[in-house]
Formats: sequence, structure tokens, C-alpha cells
Amino acid sequence: MASALINVPKRARRGDVIEIRALTSHVMEPGYRRTASGEMIPRDIITSFSCRYNGREIFRADLFPAISANPYLSFFTTATESGTFAFEWIGDNGFSQVASAAITVE
Amino acid sequence: MRTVVAIIAALLLATAQAGEIAQDQRRSGYSFMRSDTKAMQDDDTSNPGMLWVMDGEALWSQRIGAPDKACADCHGDARASMKGVAARYPAFDKALGRPVDLEQRINLCRAEHQQAPPLDYESHDLLALTAFVSHQSRGMPIAPANDEQLAPFLARGRELFMQRQGQLNLACANCHDDNWDKHLAGSAITQAQPTGYPMYRLEWQTLGSLQRRLRGCMTGVRAQAFSYGSPELVDLELYLMSRATGMPIETPAVRP
Repeated sequence: MASALINVPKRARRGDVIEIRALTSHVMEPGYRRTASGEMIPRDIITSFSCRYNGREIFRADLFPAISANPYLSFFTTATESGTFAFEWIGDNGFSQVASAAITVE
Repeated sequence: MRTVVAIIAALLLATAQAGEIAQDQRRSGYSFMRSDTKAMQDDDTSNPGMLWVMDGEALWSQRIGAPDKACADCHGDARASMKGVAARYPAFDKALGRPVDLEQRINLCRAEHQQAPPLDYESHDLLALTAFVSHQSRGMPIAPANDEQLAPFLARGRELFMQRQGQLNLACANCHDDNWDKHLAGSAITQAQPTGYPMYRLEWQTLGSLQRRLRGCMTGVRAQAFSYGSPELVDLELYLMSRATGMPIETPAVRP
């Protein structure tokens, strides 16, 4: 079961610098660990995250095996117009998760 | 090895403060945390435990088993029906003749009313459902049922808490009653108040139950941990909840 928690301010004034926070559930199995019986646990991580503001990409991050489970990302942008932030996480084994949040800019 | 030295040092330094914690000195594990971990718990969009609460909410209305029934078909809106439930668990089960914790209650419900197989301890779905149910009591004071039938189990839980065990020969009380204002290596020794379970532990990188926490402590003192769902662990849970009577529920809590 995959899910995401997004924090985007509902309203902002034009030109405001706003903080965006995104948390998603993922095991982020690094691929270096073994089971009790010695077998390798295959890597299973999120490899890429992106955020689009009304279709324009404003933030992108590559993720690596050392990042802890349920990765939490926080970044800033300038509120320019009302619209939608679209978030996308892509990972191993075809993992894909999307979420979106609306903002009203006055 | 360092841990052992630290434990021994902590014990040698400990003044004979023995005894249960006074009512007005009780503190949630929250108050021992650094401000950044507190902030993580306080904001529902940065608290990873809320991911399980969300999943639990979805499971609550998912129809399963032969009767094709969901939790919601009997219990309705959890916001009303489950409010305060976690605050009074473990509760006495007449059929079993002993207390059951929330996880066991969920599995009993599955077996009796949904004819569905039990969920494993620490499985995602059981944690999610437990977190969702417990979350409905957030902010409410822990209020164990005033049930005479619970008395012997409560007494046994207290006994287990006070009983030395393992190669290090330590009782829960040696740390959590007698030395809670000190440190063990870099970590604060807390009072073992079960206010936020299931909770997200940064060390675990996942949500975990009170039983997982208890088993971790037992392994830490090099004792053979009781199995998940064993009567001993439920009795301990019962004692810990009664010891924390009146303290507000925080589920899902975040801890280091």
C-alpha cells in the first residue's frame, strides 16, 4: 500500500517564498543487507522524485540506497500563480506514486 | 561491549531512588526528545506514522472474508465509534478469560465477524489498523477499565516489570523507575510511558507496536524475549497503561 503526505500552503501572496514538504511510504531497502539465512535482500528504493508547478518542473531529486525509509523531502519555491503542484516518485520494481496539491495565489 | 560498560556505569552511579514514579513527575517520552524530533511528531504531514493511519483508514472500510464485511459495516465511522477505545486497552475478554490488547482484539474481530485469517504481529496491515484505531483517541487521557477481573493480570504485569531478568540481570524498573532522569550511552532513559503506540521509531525506520518495544528491551538485557501475543507481554502492556493513567495518547508518536 503506497501513500504520500504533502504539505503545500493553501494560499500565498504572489512572490512569497513557500515551503513544500513531501513524505511517502517506502521501505528503501538498500540492497546491501542479508537475511538471517545469508541471502542477499535485493535493492528496492525510490530512485527519483520530481515536483511540477503547473506543468513546469521546479524540483527534482535522485535518491540513493543510503536514504532512510519513508523519505521526507522539503524544498522552497516562489508562489507565482494559482494552480497545482504535481509530485511523482519513481523507483525499483516499477514503483510509481503520484500526488498533487492545489494552491491559490493572490 | 560499550553498552554493557555504560549500563554498569549507569547502575553504579545510580543513587538508591528506587520506587515507582510519583504522579506529578510522570513524563511522556516526547519530553525527552530533541526539538527536531518533536517537530516531526507535531506536524501530521511530517509524521511518518500518519502514513499508517491513512492506510488503516482505507482498511477500515475494505470488505473482506466470507461474510464480505468491513470494520465499518459494524462499527460505522471510527471517528465516533473508536474514540477513547485505545485509552482503555488492554481490556478483559470474557470468552478468553484474560485481557487482550488492541492488536488481539482486531484479530479476534477478524476471526469472529469477518472469518478472515489473523494478521501477523508487526505486519503492515495490523499496524495500520491499530494505528488508525488508536489515533481516534489522540489527546484523550489513558483510562484503563476499572474491571476487577483485570486485577490479577495487572498484578502479574507489575511483577514482571519489577522482576530482574537476562544475563544483565536487570528489571524494567531498574531503568525506567529508578534511573529515568539519566542517560544510557547517548540516549535518554525514559519512563516507559506507553502513550504513543503504535509509534514510528526512527531507529526502526517503521511503525512498531508496544510489544516490539518490550521485546527489544528484553533482548537488550539479554533475556529470552516473550513471544508476540504471549500473556506475559499483554500483562506488561496492561501494567504500563495503568501506570500511565491520565496521560494523553499521542498515537502515532515519533521516537528516536
